[in-house]
Amino acid sequence: MSVTEIGTEARRGWMGLLARAPAARLAGVFDPLGATPGFEWLRTPETGGVMVRGRTGGTGAPFNMGEMTVTRCALRLETGEVGHAYVQGRDKAHAERAALVDALMQGPRAPELREAVLAPLAEAEAAARRGRAARAAATKVDFFTMVRGEG
Amino acid sequence: MRDDVLSGGFADTPVEAARAFRAALEAMARPGSIHRVEGARAPAPVSEAAAVLLLTLCDRETPLYLAPGHDVAPVRDWVAFHIGAPLVGASEAMFALGGWQALAPLDAYRIGTPDYPDRAVTLIAELVNLAPEGARLSGPGIRETARLSLPEVAAFQRNHHLFPLGWDAFFTCGDRLAALPRTSVVEAG
Repeated sequence: MSVTEIGTEARRGWMGLLARAPAARLAGVFDPLGATPGFEWLRTPETGGVMVRGRTGGTGAPFNMGEMTVTRCALRLETGEVGHAYVQGRDKAHAERAALVDALMQGPRAPELREAVLAPLAEAEAAARRGRAARAAATKVDFFTMVRGEG
Repeated sequence: MRDDVLSGGFADTPVEAARAFRAALEAMARPGSIHRVEGARAPAPVSEAAAVLLLTLCDRETPLYLAPGHDVAPVRDWVAFHIGAPLVGASEAMFALGGWQALAPLDAYRIGTPDYPDRAVTLIAELVNLAPEGARLSGPGIRETARLSLPEVAAFQRNHHLFPLGWDAFFTCGDRLAALPRTSVVEAG
C-alpha cells in the first residue's frame, strides 16, 4: 500500500498523535504487541531544535513563537515500508517506536495497531484535553449571574 | 520517493563524519595526498568519496551546485533527504559537484572578495583516474614536490594567480579523494 492510498491526512493524524504522546504511554501500549519487526535505519535518531511558528488568529502574519526540542528518525522495515518520526523531546526510543508504528500502519498490521496503539493514545489525549478544559471552565466567570445589588 | 534515495547515509554519523572530516582536512592540508573514505552511498553517478564529502561538508546553509550529469532526480532527492542543502546555480554555490568537464566554465564560480576570500566555491570534481603521477605540485603543505593526476594544468595555474582569491578543489574517484587548494603551484609534469 502506498502513502497516497492511505491518504496524507490520515498519516498526518497518526504521526501527530505519536509525536505528542508521552514516551512512557507509547511504550506502554506498543511494547506488549511483542517482538519488534526487523528494520534498518535510514536516519538514526538525532535531536535538534525547531522553530515553532504561529499566526495570530490562524490567519495573521507568521511570527516565531519559540524553539522546541525535537528528535527525528527514519527507518525501513524488512517488508519495505518506510516510517518517519518527529517527536517532542530528546527520547530516542520514543522516536524509534513512533517511526515503527508509522511504518507498520502502512502494512497489513494497520488494523491491529489502530486498535492497540492509536486508539488508546487518542483516548488518553482527548481525556487530557477534557480535563484541562474542565479545570479552565471552573475558573470562568459568568457575568449574567451577577446580581447588581439594587434590592 | 524511491527507496534507494533514502538509504546511503552514515550508519554512525558522529564517528564516520569525524573520520571523513579528518580525511578531507588532511587532503586539503597536504595537497596531492590521496585518502580513502567510506560509509556513504549516493545514487549514480555520485562516487562513494563524493557522497562522503557531501554528507560531511554540506548542510542546509551551504548552497550546492550540481553540474550537468550529476543534476539528476535521484541525486537531487538524495541531497534533499540526507543533507537539505539548497540547490542553486553555479554563481551562488558554496560547493559544486560534477565531472571536471561538466563543472566548466570555471569563471562562473565565486572566488571570494578581498575582505572575505573564504566566500569562494569548493569544487568536488569526479575523476576517472586519481593517482600520484602527472602534474607537479609545490607550495604550502608539500615537502618539495608532489604529483597528482590533474585533468588539466592551465585552469589551476590561472586560479593560483588569483591568490588570495580563487576556488579550492577536491578530487574524488571511487572511495579515494585528494585536494588542491588555491595556494598550490601547479606545473605540467
